[in-house]
Amino acid sequence: MDAPVPGRAGTPGPNGPQGTQFDRRSPALPSGLVRSALVVAALATAAYAAYAWDGLRTQAVLGFAIRFATPLVLGAMCGLIGERSGIINIGIEGQILASAFTGFLLASTVGIAAGVVAGVLTGMALGAFLALCAVTWRIDQIIAGTIITISAAGLTSFFYRQGRTIKGRMPTIEIPGLSEIPLVGRLLFTNPPITMATMLLVVALHVLLFRTRWGLRTRAVGEHPSAADTVGVNVTLLRYLNVTVAGGFAGLAGVFISLESSSTFERNISAGRGFLALALLITGRWRPFLVWGAALFFGLTSGLANQLQFDQVLDVPTQFVSMLPYAMTIVVLAVFAGRVRPPAAAGQPYTKE
Amino acid sequence: MSRLRSQAFLLPVFSVLLGFAVGAVLIVAEGKSPVRALGAFWSGAFDGRDAFGRTLEKATPLVLTGSAVIVGLRAGLFNIGAQGQLISGALFAAYFGYRVGGLPGPLHAAAALAVGGLFGALPAALAGVLKATRGVHEVISTIMLNTVIVSITEYLAGTPWKAPRAAFPRTPEIQESARIPRVGGLPTGFLLAVLAALLVWFLIDRTTTGFRLVTVGSNRHAAQYAGISVGVVTVGAMALSGFLAGLGGAIESLGVVGHFESNSSGTLGFDGITIALLARVSPRAAIPAALLIGALRAADTALQFQAKVAPEVVDVMLAIILLLVAAPMLVRAVLRLKAERDGGELQLTSGWGS
Amino acid sequence: MSASVDRQGTPLLAARGLTKRFPGVVANADVDLELWPGEILALLGENGAGKSTLVKMLFGLYGADEGEIWIKGEHVHLRSPADAIARGMGMVHQHFQLVPVMSVAENVVLGAEPSVGPLLDLGAASRRVRELSDRYGLAVDPDAAVEDLAVGAQQRVEIVKALYRGADVLILDEPTAVLTPQETDELLGVMRGLAAQGTGIIFITHKLREVLAVADRIAVLRDGRVAGTVTPEGATESSLAELMVGRSVVLSVDKAPAAPGDVVLAVEGVSVRDERGATAVDGVDLVVRSGEIVGVAGVQGNGQRELVEAICGMRPATAGRVRIAGEDTTGSGPRHLGEIGLAHIPEDREKHGLVGSYSVADNLVLNRFFSPPFALRGVRQRDAVAAHAEELVGRFDIRTPSVSTPAASLSGGNKQKVVVAREIAAEPKVLVAAQPTRGVDVGSIEFIHSQLVAERDRGVGVLLVSAELDEILSLSDRIYVLYEGRTVASFDAATVTREQLGLAMAGAAATPGEPERGSGANEADSPI
Repeated sequence: MDAPVPGRAGTPGPNGPQGTQFDRRSPALPSGLVRSALVVAALATAAYAAYAWDGLRTQAVLGFAIRFATPLVLGAMCGLIGERSGIINIGIEGQILASAFTGFLLASTVGIAAGVVAGVLTGMALGAFLALCAVTWRIDQIIAGTIITISAAGLTSFFYRQGRTIKGRMPTIEIPGLSEIPLVGRLLFTNPPITMATMLLVVALHVLLFRTRWGLRTRAVGEHPSAADTVGVNVTLLRYLNVTVAGGFAGLAGVFISLESSSTFERNISAGRGFLALALLITGRWRPFLVWGAALFFGLTSGLANQLQFDQVLDVPTQFVSMLPYAMTIVVLAVFAGRVRPPAAAGQPYTKE
Repeated sequence: MSRLRSQAFLLPVFSVLLGFAVGAVLIVAEGKSPVRALGAFWSGAFDGRDAFGRTLEKATPLVLTGSAVIVGLRAGLFNIGAQGQLISGALFAAYFGYRVGGLPGPLHAAAALAVGGLFGALPAALAGVLKATRGVHEVISTIMLNTVIVSITEYLAGTPWKAPRAAFPRTPEIQESARIPRVGGLPTGFLLAVLAALLVWFLIDRTTTGFRLVTVGSNRHAAQYAGISVGVVTVGAMALSGFLAGLGGAIESLGVVGHFESNSSGTLGFDGITIALLARVSPRAAIPAALLIGALRAADTALQFQAKVAPEVVDVMLAIILLLVAAPMLVRAVLRLKAERDGGELQLTSGWGS
Repeated sequence: MSASVDRQGTPLLAARGLTKRFPGVVANADVDLELWPGEILALLGENGAGKSTLVKMLFGLYGADEGEIWIKGEHVHLRSPADAIARGMGMVHQHFQLVPVMSVAENVVLGAEPSVGPLLDLGAASRRVRELSDRYGLAVDPDAAVEDLAVGAQQRVEIVKALYRGADVLILDEPTAVLTPQETDELLGVMRGLAAQGTGIIFITHKLREVLAVADRIAVLRDGRVAGTVTPEGATESSLAELMVGRSVVLSVDKAPAAPGDVVLAVEGVSVRDERGATAVDGVDLVVRSGEIVGVAGVQGNGQRELVEAICGMRPATAGRVRIAGEDTTGSGPRHLGEIGLAHIPEDREKHGLVGSYSVADNLVLNRFFSPPFALRGVRQRDAVAAHAEELVGRFDIRTPSVSTPAASLSGGNKQKVVVAREIAAEPKVLVAAQPTRGVDVGSIEFIHSQLVAERDRGVGVLLVSAELDEILSLSDRIYVLYEGRTVASFDAATVTREQLGLAMAGAAATPGEPERGSGANEADSPI
């Protein structure tokens, strides 16, 4: 075997250029929290200033941003867990679509709760399939993801029947007390279940990823699977587990689309959001809070553009407004993407030597 | 040696047959007759000049998008946005075909084709530049560009370039001089597509330019060491890929439809990818693969009305076929064949950072 | 040699009849082994002799096809490294198994993390690392990111990792390959210290000198079998080499004195940055004349890679000039450099030197595929390529089933011969050879060395960059030493001593008061 490739102080190891300070190690407690608190404070100030100026519109735009961001964040979380474990998932689009379908189907025959469960399980089943393709059958992960997306599109269109309606509606949850706060009360604490859950899930995922054993092992498996293997971490099992559970997140995104943000299913209702989620994942550097921020930013842009067009301040064709998030993604990636650093082992099947 | 070679040929064939088998199962599950479906397939795709012409028409853009994806893959790039590039080519070729006057027949058509190719190449080249200079992965940039393209073409076909008195967004009919004719009832466009695919094969397999392209796709670092400019190859390969897809769209507008209409299907039409993978990234094999899928798509209406089967069953079959082609070990398992040392799986892309 | 070997009682580790087969090759056959507490057992053998495979079986990474293993007297079936670790085995791998972005503490505790409820307790992890570090004299900073550490420090992390899990047996796989002579001595000291505390150590290496310095017993592997077990008292470097190869081996190269002519390669004040933007090469001057071999000695990581890449057109220089045969080639690309007579044997043959999926024939024309007769007006001429390949395969004794076999299926030595053949066949004026015999079997090493000398005798100016001191000493006519990106010394090969070179490689020849290079160097690191 060849001699080892050294990583000396000042020269990089085999993993290429350094990303930013962000990803080097678990955020140390004081400075990370302080930084985040400052950011939150700044954003809150800006939001309330806008609210004071024009309450109605600010609420509308911010509300739109949160709704727009929710399925994207969920899809991105699905991709995040997978990629942090070393598996690239471009089948998120297919998972979302399939889950929207099964969720809608069950909701229209049995009930909303059944629909949600069905959607999540569908996402997980497809996640397990991706794991099977990528880990056991060692199919190129991009191909595997493509297969999932094509199959989902084909199968959902094949079995689609028009004219169904769902039984019941998603309730709106109001957190007592907190929901009274102006602006924030309506935005954050008065929401249907999945929207609420998403915010909690982001926090939970951050904690799990950076502060628990599971998180450490997952990240190790995604950066350097053989290092994890040689200390006894079961790489295969962990990848299977993670990608399957991650599928549940995509499933949640699907049922959000067909049951919460609207009450309908159409062919290709996912409309490329699974891919947008991937772009957000890269923009957010595979960190839950940053991804959430990126998604909200996109929702905000889209919401602002919509609002301005509605008020006829901007006179642009509707098509240009709807394409705005996509065009913006390209710009953002062009500016930022070259410098990001994905989990080093993402995309490569792991072979025990 | 010959056992391996015959396996290389038989495995895709068996994948197709197994895909058909799954399709049959789905049809039965819907309570319909697979035999009638097969009959509908035959009559819709092959029975008679009309049907066969339809098959060739459907196959044409597939040959080209398949070749487009193949060119990208050989260079290590996954041009998942071929469909969008096709649409772009279709619109601008149609525009050139109706707007620009005074050119004699063949010249007008040829120029319109070139314009279509160019406008397919541009977005793809942009993605290539972003990859070469900023490291943006082409899967994401081409998909994003697809939506942008669809929006722009919808707008153009719906407002400034809209055919007067049209009920939906579409451009006016192209002039006669821009039309690509049928010869003996069969579409010439198909021959153009086949020619293009063969030229691509020759380029990749026999020329030094092709050698550079494939070397970059096989080992970027060795390519750099060998003095090959990885950036130039990246942009060039994407541009060529986009050109082929745009050409496919142009032929649609000039030879089949006669104008451009925006039928945003929503899905990104992954057929080109399916072709590229079925053909195991060989441009020559893309031709029979495209004929197969073209035939399946041409039989759409026949399936729907003769056999009462939803044509999306074809999508499911294609997904299964793709799965089997991408993982030959599955086919071997079903057929109980012995494997070579490595399973023969296609490993095409190497992650975001490569 | 430790006085503390305890041969009463049960051995720490025993193995009988271990055999491992891979498709087409028998990696180990019928190997017996014993390791006692406090003993340092050296496993010697050339590349491909089966040393790594053997220890991987002992560590549970491979399952043995035949044979049995006892750990501390208990018969075991190791199904995974976890099994081995649970029984007190620890291993420091040849390619470090460390997650670069994570901290030392995180790497050490991975898989056996201390926790407070459901959450990780990294504070406890840090403390434990410091404890072990102090107890065994292995200086590491628990909070540093592994990728920021020098190689010697990373290795210490690997050892702490094994000790954290309570290893009684420590396997070290080629640990000194990337260390300076000083770091090597430190490591040998650490090994003796551990042995004195009762740890048993298996130490794999191909470096005869070290083996004689530290081992209690030496087991020599050849072609997968134990060719002999000796003690250092009864062995010399030559006797060991003979056991390793099965015939008497020429340890030094016979060469006529050099007759250098004009300057063919001049490097003037060249500075180069690495991928992270740090200065890797800092104002290097060197000269190579036709008909001489100029060696650049230095431990890897001191800028060799970047310097070679800058000379060979793969990386831009931020300052200075490179001249080849008088022409200023700073900033030229590899293609132009090839055309004016530069050949480059790259350090990493898998990454740069070969396209694994291509045939041997295509790899042999990778530098000239666009020129006649291999291509005419842009169209490749396959017959010419094949004929050329056949000729080179014969001339350079490249073992391959055919010229159309994919290069990836060749052995390391033959792959390297393909690269060497290709570069020499271009009839260069300047040949830059970076680590030309790394990972190559002894027979091929001899061959490649003789080819380099032949080129030099033909009038080629050879720049030999190598971390193997013996190679530098036996081949070079003149020697530069590269340390922290500067040429800190230059010597006449005929008169220089190993000690002088070793000191220079460790920076001892540097001017006092130089600013320290690299970001965030820890005091905890070795003196470099």
